[in-house]
Parts: sequence; C-alpha cells; structure tokens
Amino acid sequence: MNRTWNNKAWWMVLPVVLLVAFSAVIPLMTVVNYSVQDTFGNNQFFWAGLSWFEEIMNSQRFHDALLRQFLFSGLILAIEIPLGIFIAMNMPKKGWGVAVCLVLMSLPLLIPWNVVGTIWQIFGRVDIGLLGKFMALIGVDYNYTQNVIDAWITVVVMDVWHWTSLVALLCYAGLQSIPEAYYQAARIDGASRWAIFRFIQLPKMRGVLLIAVLLRFMDSFMIYTEPFVVTGGGPGNATTFLSIDLVKMAVGQFDLGPAAAFSLVYFLIILLLSWVFYTVMTHLDKQGG
Amino acid sequence: MAEIHLKQLAHSYHPHPSGVQDYALKEIDHVWEDGKAYALLGASGCGKSTLLNVISGLLHPSQGQVLFNGEDVTNLPTEKRHIAQVFQFPVVYDTMSVYDNLAFPLRNRGRDEATIRQRVGDIAEMLELTGELKKKARGLAADAKQKISLGRGLVRQNVAAILFDEPLTVIDPHLKWLLRMQLKSLHQRISNTMIYVTHDQTEALTFADQVVVMHDGYVVQIGTPQALFERPSHTFVGYFIGSPGMNLLPVQIEGTQARLGELKIELPGRYTIPAGRKTELGIRPEFVSLSRENRGHSLPVSIQHIEDIGRHRIVRAELAGHALNVIVPGDVAVSDDCRYLDFDRSRINIYADDWLQEART
Repeated sequence: MNRTWNNKAWWMVLPVVLLVAFSAVIPLMTVVNYSVQDTFGNNQFFWAGLSWFEEIMNSQRFHDALLRQFLFSGLILAIEIPLGIFIAMNMPKKGWGVAVCLVLMSLPLLIPWNVVGTIWQIFGRVDIGLLGKFMALIGVDYNYTQNVIDAWITVVVMDVWHWTSLVALLCYAGLQSIPEAYYQAARIDGASRWAIFRFIQLPKMRGVLLIAVLLRFMDSFMIYTEPFVVTGGGPGNATTFLSIDLVKMAVGQFDLGPAAAFSLVYFLIILLLSWVFYTVMTHLDKQGG
Repeated sequence: MAEIHLKQLAHSYHPHPSGVQDYALKEIDHVWEDGKAYALLGASGCGKSTLLNVISGLLHPSQGQVLFNGEDVTNLPTEKRHIAQVFQFPVVYDTMSVYDNLAFPLRNRGRDEATIRQRVGDIAEMLELTGELKKKARGLAADAKQKISLGRGLVRQNVAAILFDEPLTVIDPHLKWLLRMQLKSLHQRISNTMIYVTHDQTEALTFADQVVVMHDGYVVQIGTPQALFERPSHTFVGYFIGSPGMNLLPVQIEGTQARLGELKIELPGRYTIPAGRKTELGIRPEFVSLSRENRGHSLPVSIQHIEDIGRHRIVRAELAGHALNVIVPGDVAVSDDCRYLDFDRSRINIYADDWLQEART
C-alpha cells in the first residue's frame, strides 16, 4: 500500500513541546546539570561524574530521611484511607445534612498549607496553645518541640485533619453512585452489614479509592510546608522528611551538586512508587472482573 | 410457596397523607393465589413498583396488612419473608464468580458447602448457566445477569413468591421473548407464585394467568388476558390494552340505543345511566367493519388514512366528528371509498364516569 506521509502536523505539537520544555524539561535539565558537576565558585563548573549520586546513595542522612518519609506516608495512608471510608459511609445520604457535611468537610481542604502549619504550631504550644494547655491540664506530658513521639503525633494528626476530607469526599461520591437496587437485592439475599460493605460498597468504590491512595501517597511523600512550619524538622532530625532535608541541603548549605542528585533520586522514587501503585491497583481491578 | 393476601393495604410516600391524592397506592384488598403467575400492568408511575416493594418488604405500607398463607408479615423484614425479587437493572456482585453469586444468599444463611453446591448446581442447570459458573459475573451480558439475579432468589428452597420489577427493560429485543419463554416454562416447572411488573402489555399478556391493571394508584381490573380484551372494566384498560386501544365515543343513552350526534347506534341491551355522568361507548377497533354499501343500520364514515402494518391494516376514520380506529384483517379489501361502518353489537361496552356498566336484557 502506498501511504502519503505528511509530517506537517508535527508543527501543531510545537506549542505544547515549547510549553513543557520551559515549564518542566529545561528546569529539570539544570538540575541534571548540577548533579554531575562541581564548582568552587565564580560560576566555574567542572565534571564530577556520578560521584554525587554515589555520595547520596551511601549517605546515612539520606537513608534516615527516606525511612522517615516511608513511615510517614505509610501512617498517613493507613489512617486516612480507612477513616475516610468510615466517614463517607456515615455521612447522610439526603436531606439538609448533606450540604452541611459537604461544606464542613471541604473547609480543611481550602486552607493553605502554611496556614495549616501555623494553626497547629500555635494550637500545640505548651505556653499559649489550646491543645498544649489542655494536655498539661489533664496531666499529659506533651511537648512537640522536645519529644520525638509528640512531634510525630502532631504532624500526623495535622495531616489527618487536613486531608482525610479528601478521601471521605471521594468515597462519598463513589457510594452515592451505587443504585438503590443493590442494597435492596442485598437485603433480599440476607447479606450482613459487612457483606454489603465487602461485596457492594468496596468494589464500587475501587475507582475512587485508587485515586485517593495515589493522591494521598504522592502528596504525603512530598510534604514540606506543614512540618517545616510546625517542627522545622525537629526535634533533632526526627521530623526531617525528604523535602525538608533537600531544602536544607540546597538552600541552607548551598550544596548544589548533592542536592541535585538528591532531587533526581527523590523524583525517581516517587515516579516508581506511583507507577507500582497504579499497576498493582489496575491489575487488581482486572482480576476483580 | 404462598398465597399472598393484601388486606386493606395502601401506601403513601407522605408522612402525613391529607387525602386520597397523596396515596401512591390506593386501598387494595386482593388475594394472590398460590402458584399462579400474575402480571401487574400499568403506565409508569401508577404505583406498581410501590405495590411490589410493599409485598417484598422493602417498603412498609402506611396502612393495612400483608399476609403470607394467612400469617401477618407486615412487620417482618425483607430477608425473613422468603421473597425473591428481580430488579429492572441487573444486580450482580461484581467481584464474585457466577457460582459465588448464586451461593451468596445460602452462605448468608449459614448453609453448609455441600448443600450449597447441590442447590447452586440445580439452579444453574434450570437457568442454563452451568457453563458460566466459573466466570466472573461482571463480564456477562445483561440477560445472563438477570438470570443470576433470578437464580439468587430461586436458590433458597422456601421462596414464597418471585417478584419481577420490569426485568426485561435492559434486555435486547431478540432475547426478550426467549427469556420470557424461559420464565414461563420455569413457572410451569416450579409453580411458584410469580408477580411480574411491566408496562408492556405483550409481556403481561403472554406471561400471566391473571393480569392486574393499575391506573393512578388504583387497581382498575384483575382478569385473564381475554377478559381484559373483551370486557375492560375501566376505560383506561380499554385504551391501554390493545394496539391501537379501544375507541371511546361520547354518547347519550336512550334505552337500547346510543345517540352520537345525529347518529343512532343499536346496543346489546338496555342501560340506565343517571343524569350528569360522563357516558361513553367503547368498541375495539377489531370489532368494527367497513363497507361500501349501507347494510341496514350502517353508520356513515369518512376514511382519513390507511396504515398497512403487515398482518392487518389500521384505518383512521372519522365518525360524526370523532376519530375512530378500525382494524381490517389482511384478507379483507379496504379503500378510501368505504363510506359505511358497522359495530359488532355484542362487543359494545358502555362506560359511565370511566367504569363499565352492565346491560339489562
């Protein structure tokens, strides 16, 4: 068969290519550039090969931050996903309660990250904060600036407060789309509350849960502002997550080479994990049907 | 298996119904005999689904009682009533195989696996699903899914009645009649009480021993398909059943004659209608014949339009200013110059305020 090849259409793609180049590829390439070079100042760079990558991959500091990051994201998913499902299942399905619930649930989502951080920073303070004062009043020794466990609890609870609504709202949308006939059929079949959840609600929520898990994982894995405002990564390095560590390295110490290598490794980890999540969950989906 | 008695039953979706207009289901007192197949026929929104959901227990009636074999089940929850119900849109449990779907109601009731295997095997065979048992229910076509919904009801041995809520709505037309035949032969085999809700008269008439016609929350007639056709007890039944429906002409009754404008129509008997009631003459298009010549008592008519629909022709005519349909069988000639019309006198029904009147002979 004789095909006429006409490549003029590629010109149409050019605006997008330019846009993506300026917004993503070129900034990323400068990072790649830094990650393989070294400088002693005066804007004079020389080739450093993969030595920064070697240094990062072997650095205890990076390992610790990565471990803390996994622990944090794991906790966030383990708390927010079940809690979100639970809240969604107990939200009213009709009447005036729906609007009230939706508005109340959306409020935390509308607050900027640094404001959330500030709210909790003050809320938890032992001298003037409501939470800190209250804890002292009931005799609990709570101080997020000194105690590692307290700092972790504060940061995790803050994130749960900020983002569980998102999971709940997504699940609520999924639940609302289940036709009434399913519940009626389940009643006729004598299904228990648990069986209804396991065989009707959960399968019907799978699509939105996939989105919820992905969003919450990526967001919590990249978290910076809130813990930075509340604990500043402390006490010690106890709440220094990857992005906080990265900023310390790049802006605080001005170690551009290692920081660039750090960024790239960080980026690849997120990319890899998101891909794994997506593949596993879509595979489960296919298996399910 | 059970006889279902609806005792002075009515339902309103309003918490405090103020009058009869608030009731989606007006008061009904009716016995559904054990082992019979009923069709519940009516236009959308006439209260048929409400009635069905009251029987299955998904709705609690505002007044009255539901009795199964004389036992009051009004306050029993759905799962205790041993009812099977098939819904308009197929309900299957997506993540389960066909086998697990069918086994689900038994597992919920704690039966042992050997019994379950036996029952599911039997039901699958009855519904011709044996080959699909291992497949995921989600991937199947709509008709197979409806069979699964039905199977989940049948798999319980002590089913009191099987309720169908417009089960063929989403089925392809060429599979509809097949599934309907299977349902009918199923009914002959298991002789369960079946109630089949539909707005499709063909479905109702082919499926059921008895057809219950509902209109605006009222049960307007209960009878065999033949009775509905020949002696509709309400004008709604007259024009809802039949294609086209019954012709209704506003008339005045004078003894054994009806007067339609200037025309006089001979009636099968003598009627006495109190003054001030809306009086109509009903005649099915099948029982009207056209001719070129006056045959004695023929009425003058003008033909507007002849529609050939294959087996027969539908003639749209005008009689004394009123539209009238006539069905002409395929083997009878008809043309525009037919200017006379006769009614089959014995097939004439007289209605006062929409209800059928009896003639005195």
